[in-house]
Amino acid sequence: MTLTPAEIIKIGLLARIKITPTDIEKYADIKKIIELAEKFKNVDTSDVHPMAHPHNITQRLRQDIVTETNQRNKLQQTAQQTELGLYLVPTVIE
Amino acid sequence: MYNKTITELAKSLHKKELSSYELTTHYLNRISKYNPLLNAFITKTAEQALEAAKQADQMLAANRAGPLTGIPIAHKDIFCTQGIKTSCGSNMLDNFIAPYDATAVTKLNTAGTVLLGKTNMDEFAMGSSNENSYYGPVKNPWNLETVPGGSSGGSAAAVAARLTPAATGTDTGGSIRQPAALSGVTGIKPTYGRVSRWGMIAFASSLDQGGTITQTAEDAALLLNAMCGFDPKDSTSVNHPVPDFTTTLNNPLKNLKIGLPQEFFTADLDPKIGDAILAAAHNLEKLGANLVEITLPHSELTIPVYYIIAPAECSSNLARYDGIRFGYRAKNPKNLQDLYECTRADAFGDEVKHRIMLGTYVLSAGYYDAYYLQAQRVRRIISNDFTTAFKQVDIILGPTSPTTAFKFNSKKDRLNMYLSDIFTVGSSLAGLPGISIPCGTIDNLPVGMQLIGAAFNEALLLNVAHQYQQVTTWHQKIPPNFM
Repeated sequence: MTLTPAEIIKIGLLARIKITPTDIEKYADIKKIIELAEKFKNVDTSDVHPMAHPHNITQRLRQDIVTETNQRNKLQQTAQQTELGLYLVPTVIE
Repeated sequence: MYNKTITELAKSLHKKELSSYELTTHYLNRISKYNPLLNAFITKTAEQALEAAKQADQMLAANRAGPLTGIPIAHKDIFCTQGIKTSCGSNMLDNFIAPYDATAVTKLNTAGTVLLGKTNMDEFAMGSSNENSYYGPVKNPWNLETVPGGSSGGSAAAVAARLTPAATGTDTGGSIRQPAALSGVTGIKPTYGRVSRWGMIAFASSLDQGGTITQTAEDAALLLNAMCGFDPKDSTSVNHPVPDFTTTLNNPLKNLKIGLPQEFFTADLDPKIGDAILAAAHNLEKLGANLVEITLPHSELTIPVYYIIAPAECSSNLARYDGIRFGYRAKNPKNLQDLYECTRADAFGDEVKHRIMLGTYVLSAGYYDAYYLQAQRVRRIISNDFTTAFKQVDIILGPTSPTTAFKFNSKKDRLNMYLSDIFTVGSSLAGLPGISIPCGTIDNLPVGMQLIGAAFNEALLLNVAHQYQQVTTWHQKIPPNFM
């Protein structure tokens, strides 16, 4: 398979990781791992359900009642830029 | 004191032969002396440890102590510990002070353990050598030019050098078992869903599992008694009864059927490792077990499947690191997109970025069906191999790692490093429990034997491992420079 520089840049965009021209060569070896996947691509899985999870369980549900308290101040202590309980980000809409 | 197991230390504490304060001070001094050499710890929590030790001593004096009260331990720096830096071995979380305790931490705190510190690890649990940490590599106490294994390398090295009697670890594709093997200690990954993942920083959500690294299976049983159990805060926590793992340690092994997968003992296996594993298997035969050749026919697909699924899940889990709510934040971004991209490019290490990129690729439009979905289907086929095997045998035995501890920078080829996980990823994909225990040495480097059990059968793993450790002494050996 091929993994072109354009594809690497596109993946970088999806992954939100800045890719410089010198990085492209660094990520080219992703191809080797994907080529490993060729080993299982042709396995007959026509009657096999995907196994997303080791156990035969489904999402537990709970009563729709409030159980948690507001801990905004405590939990926002890990953020670098906040104001009035809001997270600050660079301007999105001018 | 440092050459005592938790079981022995607990007896001494309860008999008032020594205090938790003395014991904790002893280990803190060993950490001060040896950690600069090994780099096994990222954070030492001396003040909190001594305070917790004092409280433990009060409980012991009042005869209100349990089996783990006053026992010092270390936590892999992947577990959130309230008020204490929790870095996950990454620059991304170098400034992160966890606002809460992971459930596994709370359970061990409630049991009375004393936290010595947070151990070094491969960044975001991605690695098999502990060479991928922002805080520098960890050295193997058996040979300082070699790796301790990873990603729980700090925990493994710390226990091996007896800087702590035990430590927690996590295992996604082998990250407890492989470093336990390379460092000559006992490491167990429980069944997926046994130990709560709440507060355990996520790498691959369908694979991650918390466990222990200890000197003995008996000690692991004590710690797992405290750590395991249903947690409503973890939606993947399984509500399965937790037995007292210590009560079945001495069950006789007569007529136990032990399966040796033919795929684990091919001509490619280093003959010295093969010999050590087979010698260990014959020890178990002498204890009454029967060895049975079995097959896990899709073993050669386990690495390709794992290295599609785990990076895919990692790319999703690590999307939260965007510089906004916690962790590293890039300075002077041009705009929001630039903030995200620069934060992640700057603060993630190379291996993490590689896995995110790989995972993103296999989940992207046009590739999802061929790679990720197909990998999940083949995962079920791999899991079915184990189900079939456990109709014939009670437990599966094989090597933990294809090599002993290797030299730093010797596996520069990424694919070569990934192949280190060949014996461990299959049971991870199937969600099954596995334990690695020391069973020999080659050129003074430890060799680990792996036992894999049916789902929720950690008790049998611990029983077999304990019986093996009653007739051998590999687990008692301490690296000479740390005695």
